[in-house]
Amino acid sequence: MLTFDRVEVRLGDFELVADLGVERGARVAVIGPSGAGKSTLLQAVAGFIDLTSGQIEWRRQRIDGLAPGVRPVSVVFQDQNLFPHLTAFQNVALGVDPRLRLSEVQRANVERALDRVGLGGLGERKPAHLSGGQQGRVGLARVLLRRQPILLLDEPFSALGPALKVEMLDLVSEVATETGATVLMVTHDPDDARRFAPQTVLVANGVAHPPQNTTDLLRNPPAALRTYLG
Amino acid sequence: MSRTALPGVAAATLVAALVAATLVAVALRAEAAAQFGPADWAAIRFTVLQAVLSAVLSVGLAIPVARALARRRFPGRRLLITLLGAPFVLPVIVAILGLLAVFGQNGLVNAALAGIGLPGIRIYGLTGVVLAHVFFNLPLAVRLILQGWVGIPAERFRLAASLGFGPSDVARLLERPMLREVVPGALLVVFLLCTTSFAVALTLGGGPRATTIELAIYQAFRFDFDLGRAALLGLAQVALTATAALVALRSAVPAAFGAGLGAPVARWDARTPLLRVQDTILVALAAAFLLTPLLLVVTRGAAGIVTLPASVWLAAGRSVAVALGSTALMLILALSIAAATLRLGRTPARLIEASGYLAVAVSPMVLGTGLFLLLFPVAGPADLALPVTMLVNAVMSLPFALRALVPALAEIERSYGRLASSLDMHGQARLRHLWLPRLRRPLGFAAGLAAALSMGDLGVVALFADPEHATLPLKLYDLMGAYRSDAAAAAAVLLLALSLGAFWIFDRGGRIDADL
Amino acid sequence: MKFQLLAAGLFAATGASAQDAPVVTVYTYDSFVTEWGPGPAIEAAFEAECACELRFVGAGDGAALLARLRLEGERTEADVVLGLDTNLTAAAADTGLFAPHGLDPELDLPVEWEDDIFLPFDWSYFAFVHRNELNPPESFRELAESDVSVLIQDPRSSTPGLGLLLWVEAAYGDEAGAFWSALADNIVTVTAGWSEAYNLFLEGEADMVLSYTTSPAYHAIAEEDDGFAAAAFEEGHYLQIEVGGIVASTDQPELARDFLAFMLSDAAQSVIPTTNWMYPAVVPQDGLPEGFGDLIQPDRALLYPPDEAAAAREAALDEWLLALSR
Repeated sequence: MLTFDRVEVRLGDFELVADLGVERGARVAVIGPSGAGKSTLLQAVAGFIDLTSGQIEWRRQRIDGLAPGVRPVSVVFQDQNLFPHLTAFQNVALGVDPRLRLSEVQRANVERALDRVGLGGLGERKPAHLSGGQQGRVGLARVLLRRQPILLLDEPFSALGPALKVEMLDLVSEVATETGATVLMVTHDPDDARRFAPQTVLVANGVAHPPQNTTDLLRNPPAALRTYLG
Repeated sequence: MSRTALPGVAAATLVAALVAATLVAVALRAEAAAQFGPADWAAIRFTVLQAVLSAVLSVGLAIPVARALARRRFPGRRLLITLLGAPFVLPVIVAILGLLAVFGQNGLVNAALAGIGLPGIRIYGLTGVVLAHVFFNLPLAVRLILQGWVGIPAERFRLAASLGFGPSDVARLLERPMLREVVPGALLVVFLLCTTSFAVALTLGGGPRATTIELAIYQAFRFDFDLGRAALLGLAQVALTATAALVALRSAVPAAFGAGLGAPVARWDARTPLLRVQDTILVALAAAFLLTPLLLVVTRGAAGIVTLPASVWLAAGRSVAVALGSTALMLILALSIAAATLRLGRTPARLIEASGYLAVAVSPMVLGTGLFLLLFPVAGPADLALPVTMLVNAVMSLPFALRALVPALAEIERSYGRLASSLDMHGQARLRHLWLPRLRRPLGFAAGLAAALSMGDLGVVALFADPEHATLPLKLYDLMGAYRSDAAAAAAVLLLALSLGAFWIFDRGGRIDADL
Repeated sequence: MKFQLLAAGLFAATGASAQDAPVVTVYTYDSFVTEWGPGPAIEAAFEAECACELRFVGAGDGAALLARLRLEGERTEADVVLGLDTNLTAAAADTGLFAPHGLDPELDLPVEWEDDIFLPFDWSYFAFVHRNELNPPESFRELAESDVSVLIQDPRSSTPGLGLLLWVEAAYGDEAGAFWSALADNIVTVTAGWSEAYNLFLEGEADMVLSYTTSPAYHAIAEEDDGFAAAAFEEGHYLQIEVGGIVASTDQPELARDFLAFMLSDAAQSVIPTTNWMYPAVVPQDGLPEGFGDLIQPDRALLYPPDEAAAAREAALDEWLLALSR
């Protein structure tokens, strides 16, 4: 269980409170109006924002206060998931060892992860020589390899076309299934939520509400969400 | 986190301590309390006057030249921009001889004027000092401001074009805000560089009217042996710099100027024939002003290079070693400080960055003498000449490196910091796999500048080295002092080639194969 | 210590000499020590007869030399200082860092020499050097009235500059200030040192440059170019006498004295004219080199005794500053 225990984040005028729990292995969409604090919620889990009060626990262990790199978390950002000066192989390998000193076995694991996402043989390419979809796959290969129990996706693949995005979300599903990860995904698109996440956290007016059934929520949206969905 | 800040704090402390300790060392050796005389006040006034004029003119002229370079494409544009940087990395005496070949009594300009029956010009005096300072600093100012132009996103110009902006609208809405941000910093840098000017002011100044603080310090050391006055004047110089820095930093700070030259942005507003002609003329004039003196230095001395004695080549080797050493040292200091500014709060970050700029403020004469006093009890000055020169040159080029690195590193962290942190990349891993590869361009530029400046430096080494350990600039002076002006001219070409070569290799090394 | 050794090993590559030979350290100005100066020949000749090692240390120019010694004080390694001129010797003697030389050699100077601390090794007259095409002025007065352009050195940073200041003072006394005012429009610029001025002159920046009566000998002998001459001035010419002195704190007083005496020997004196381009303090047995015979011989030698030079300097400098700052 991922628990937000009376979490409060204040940044100037902005405020977000969260007091909720996410079941282990759940797939949860995070939706809500722009600027409501969807990304803030994820960043608090990833460790990029300090909590003003409250605490975040994973399986009853506090994780807020840990450095981002040692939290049980993989993050897929909106963009810049790859270092442009490193090859696809190196970008994935960073998930194994940040200093890029890999054993033979580890190298083979990296190759396997690349194969798994359909990038076999493209490991030596740098991101500039990969398509947008391929770049997304490199990021997911790293997630696969790191096998962190929590996967955070912040509006992933929003730069890709609709068909490609669907393909990538399916791949995320597969990866999450393989690693057994608990997934939180920020999205603008109700269809993404429906397709990917049985549960949804609504973030509006400075409050992150506990997860609800996605289909019910979207069929019968509360006022804040209705305005946003239009 | 604080572990990353530690080397930077140490580096900044080292620089600040070097500046402070040398001042104190000199002051402590003073035999009597010092007082400013009217001549000292006159020196301070002249220093400020010429530095203000030089800064305003350099930056004022740089604006249209940078604009022309920013909005025009032509073959050789990149090469021209690199070459335009040449005067800045030139040893002072070489540059002066080059300038005199153009503007001197027997120079091209006077020959041309005489040819059409007009009276000649005389550049000695305030005119000459300012002319030389503009010659040195125009390239730097152009590069700083060009960076500002390149930094305006191309989309804004597209937007401007779709809204039908004319040149004056673009100037008002896009260019002037950028200039307000970039110009104060550029003015500051040039002003600071001109305050410690010595050889330029003295040689071209035409007489004691053109006495700068640095010359007054020189006199205090050499003839009066009045260390108290020297220290006081040194302190005045630091105070002057600090005041100028405060004024300028309050208004704005320029962005990284090492972050590449950028491709010119398509500019629909500048497609009128008139502007095209105007830009062409501006670029041609700037190139002529900056490159002709260099060309004359080369033609004067090139033939003599093959006959240079072996000792000159040895000195050149020593200079290359010093340049490489001080470049490496500078990179370590600059990277540590830049890294620490990321990790510390706003005020301490500003503070340690500011201490990195201190070196511009301090008089080379005071720094050298102070170091001499500090080190003399420990070791023979000649044995330490080259290490000390490396250290001092590293510290002297630190401000330019920080200007380039601090903003670039901040940008890297903005773009990739979270990704790196989420992957637990810290310390060595972050340095090797994120910072160094992404900093290649500004690092290359900073290293090139440091290597070139250190190659041509004559400041501190003169006090420590004896002729057996002479660097190339010292050797050049030796040749001049031994009546051998032809050999000196040849050594000048060698020095020019080495300085420019070092700059070019590093700057280029930062560019080739640098992925974005 | 380790670092010192490392630094020495890395950069100096000084030849290790016979371990127990005593070392005589001589501080002098840079141009004395370079391969074009008298240093190398003198070092070889002295070491051949002294059973010691002679070590020259170049420390800038004449004025820097004294400053360097004062910075180092009694801890200095120097045994001998070579290359101060008479305008600096009063200040040098006042430091108490020098010891009497105890020598009484025969000298060929245009003036009497009585100084128990410093001994001359060469000398020349200050003069304005010009190319033969110029019809030079024959006096300061004529120069100031003409439109001939000159390059001079700053008396605050160079020994020739200081020499000119005292030259004018010796020639004009109370009228020196007025003379400087009259000369102001002839002065192209004032440089930090001799090298800058002379090179600007060679590049054609002015008609004349403040240098020495012996300068044309360089062009005549080394370059076989007779196109240069020094202008003889009616007021007389100021002398520059370069001297050496024994450092009081020396641990080799005898060798130091030997070296000072050696500087006046034929071996050393015959090297001086064509390396330092000055007159030797003792004319060598074979006489002066050929080119030296054609040099101008001033009718009057001007020179302030050291203590008067020191006293005159400050007032003269103020006058100079005032006249040229307008």
